[in-house]
Amino acid sequence: MTETTAAPDIAAGRLPKDSYAEQFSDLHPLLDTHEAYVEADRCYFCYDAPCMQACPTSIDIPQFIRQISTGNPTGSARTIFEQNILGGMCARVCPTETLCEQVCVRNEAEGKPVKIGQLQRFATDHYMSTHETTPFTRAPSTGKKIAVIGAGPAGLSCAHRLAVHGHDVTLFDAREKLGGLNEFGIASYKSVDDFAAREVEFILSIGGIDVQTGKRLGTDLNLADLQADYDAVFLSIGLGGVNALGLAGETKDGVLDAVDYISDLRQADDLSALPVGRRVVVIGGGMTAVDIAVQTKLLGAEDVTIAYRRGQDRMNASEYEQHLAQTNGVKILTHVQPHALVGANGSITAIELEKTQSGDDGSLSGTGEVITLPADMVFKAVGQTLVKEDLNGSAGKIVIERGKIVVDEDRKTSLAKVWAGGDCVLGGEDLTVAAVEDGKVAAEAIHRSLSV
Amino acid sequence: MADLRSNFVGIKSPNPFWLASAPPTDKEYNVVRAYKAGWGGVVWKTLGDGMPVVNVNGPRYGAIHGKDRQLLGLNNIELITDRPLELNLQEIKRVKRDWKDRALVVSLMVPCEEQNWIDILKQVEDTEADGVELNFGCPHGMSERGMGSAVGQVPEYIEMVTRWCKMHTRMPVIVKLTPNITDIRKPAEAAHAGGADAVSLINTINSIVSVDLDTMAPSPTIDGKGAHGGYCGPAVKPIALNMVAEIARNPITRDLPISGIGGVTTWRDAAEFLALGAGTVQVCTAAMTYGFKVVEDMIEGLSDWMDSAGYTSIDQVTGRAVPNCSDWQHLNLNYIAKAKIDQDLCIKCGRCHIACEDTSHQAITNMVDGMRKFEVIDEECVGCNLCVSVCPVQDCITMEAMTPGETDPRTGKKVEEAYANWTTHPNNPMAQVAAE
Repeated sequence: MTETTAAPDIAAGRLPKDSYAEQFSDLHPLLDTHEAYVEADRCYFCYDAPCMQACPTSIDIPQFIRQISTGNPTGSARTIFEQNILGGMCARVCPTETLCEQVCVRNEAEGKPVKIGQLQRFATDHYMSTHETTPFTRAPSTGKKIAVIGAGPAGLSCAHRLAVHGHDVTLFDAREKLGGLNEFGIASYKSVDDFAAREVEFILSIGGIDVQTGKRLGTDLNLADLQADYDAVFLSIGLGGVNALGLAGETKDGVLDAVDYISDLRQADDLSALPVGRRVVVIGGGMTAVDIAVQTKLLGAEDVTIAYRRGQDRMNASEYEQHLAQTNGVKILTHVQPHALVGANGSITAIELEKTQSGDDGSLSGTGEVITLPADMVFKAVGQTLVKEDLNGSAGKIVIERGKIVVDEDRKTSLAKVWAGGDCVLGGEDLTVAAVEDGKVAAEAIHRSLSV
Repeated sequence: MADLRSNFVGIKSPNPFWLASAPPTDKEYNVVRAYKAGWGGVVWKTLGDGMPVVNVNGPRYGAIHGKDRQLLGLNNIELITDRPLELNLQEIKRVKRDWKDRALVVSLMVPCEEQNWIDILKQVEDTEADGVELNFGCPHGMSERGMGSAVGQVPEYIEMVTRWCKMHTRMPVIVKLTPNITDIRKPAEAAHAGGADAVSLINTINSIVSVDLDTMAPSPTIDGKGAHGGYCGPAVKPIALNMVAEIARNPITRDLPISGIGGVTTWRDAAEFLALGAGTVQVCTAAMTYGFKVVEDMIEGLSDWMDSAGYTSIDQVTGRAVPNCSDWQHLNLNYIAKAKIDQDLCIKCGRCHIACEDTSHQAITNMVDGMRKFEVIDEECVGCNLCVSVCPVQDCITMEAMTPGETDPRTGKKVEEAYANWTTHPNNPMAQVAAE
């Protein structure tokens, strides 16, 4: 840790008070009806459509788009919700450019896919603004009790599908507010107007889901007890820990976990009251790195740099997200790794980055050349980890590999009566839509196992 | 450069593009604007006699739209001119005096009494208009009063009125036909028998464009009720082309000049009407959709195309495709074509496959060696052209004729060079024995 005397420049209210709403407005405003008709008309209603194959939740995309074009947006939304009850959020946050829209045949035709994500939002927003409840009716009660631990996308999806089948679900969450990363993690311009909370209400409207907040696995809940008290357990606990940089000085003021700051930002009533550095450096190359970089820029940070250790093509953030960062004025610096945190009086003032090179085998090494970037804030966005201790000593029995829970194709863990899904399981795609699919698949598997 | 000048039954115009008798030709103001824009001629909106008719005071039009509100078909319930006859006549006279090089034909519709026709023909002659067009076509409103299509649907009336008109005027008489009839050749023959100089077609088609499902009334809706109207615009072009061709092919009427009407929107549409026997074309919906400026590209496009195709005058184009209009029974059954999919152009939407699989001949794959691939199975392909029709990519699927001597994989038979049609086919119980 090197000490300097420069004082950090961290301040709230860097922008005129009335400009925050505009800065954080909807990234893709809702299509109006005519725009939706025109866009829907571009869909070729492909046979065995590639988009549908590419969707982790297998939404019948040509069908829902056709339903928009026939003037049946309610039916369209029903088609979406049948496969993905969080279709509204997925329409906002899915990296469609690497999923459905990447394989749209319109790319072949003219390099411009049908705007599937925006059409999905058109249909789901229409439905949710005209209906109080989900389009499903709960089956007669089976009397079976299922505990769903964690009310993020995987948990909500699982709870809803189980409730539809008539099971009695108890949905636990460590926080006071449901939604998981939808509520606390998604960049705010992707989910405006409290959408995450509204979607939770929509999902719970199916009935048969008892919500218990402020209950954290590991402290308030014990997996062994849950196994004993419930007919089945679904773990959707996400990744509660964050990776460290492994450098001296990580506790300095101004060195922050990106996920914490994003959570604060998402919950802030007044964005102008949120302090942000003048010069911000983000370490990482994933979606979280882009989310924090863009949002700090929108809060008024002057210089925001994403520092990533490999080339831009290796970033986990999609090409679209990288462009989003760059068009918002974020600089992406590649082939650099954190070398040292420079501070003064307990605060960060700069970060030293060492240039890297990749070996033929893909290994990464420092070149020894170090550059220094002044920084008032350094955000760590280098991945999150499963907190194994939360599994209450069951961790010995529940099989964990590479830091994540191992599940089979039914999302069943090695433990009796315990299924799992979302970011906490191995092989996940780290996507909202994949978490939704996990929850759905697990719910169907649980339903089958309880129906025997 | 091609000469676009037209001499249609003695009516001269600098190009074959006329505005049809309709709202765009109801007044001097509109007609002068049209001439300024370059239109070769106009057929003045239909004049009647007696007290002017009245129009509804609610919506007169209804439309069929594409998803981007492209107007595909237009329906109207407007009647003939609702302005005083004298006013129209004054304006016609003035316009003709000022625009001598343009065609000005006057559309007429009066009751089926000889004196009514004598009177109005005299008045029109005084304007020095170039000719008259007898409106036997309008299918709405006026037909309820025994005029318009009510006349056009009875060949005997057509012949009678046409004969009166030819007897009582020196002006060329064009008879405008209604498509709301079983066989368009009959009214054309009647017009011919009555001495008509030409026919023009089609007038609008009886139609209800849509039903308002909230009010349960046809649209356009007037105080909760709707009446059928006349349908026009791009959607009716195929119907019009066929009717024009039917008249052009008919030995009785093959020499009867035709002014083609029905969905003409582009120079290409116009060229197609000309090729099927029209000497001029009349346009309405395209002008009502986009304004009079559309004529500029109609003129330029037609001229450029004629240059590139080697035609120097309109006469050379008129009727050029008529000899190739055949009856089904004379189509060559020995001609065998197979669909071919250009894999480089294919975007793999699969529409050809599902269309063929679900509704036709199971002749297109969806998977080849485990890969998504759409290929024609020649053993099953009957050459129907459905895949070409549904393919969203231009020229991706083409129909390729087999060469005589090749074996058709579907039938196992050799493709014969000789022409053979249904009239001599062994499956035809009425088959004529081929001449030895």
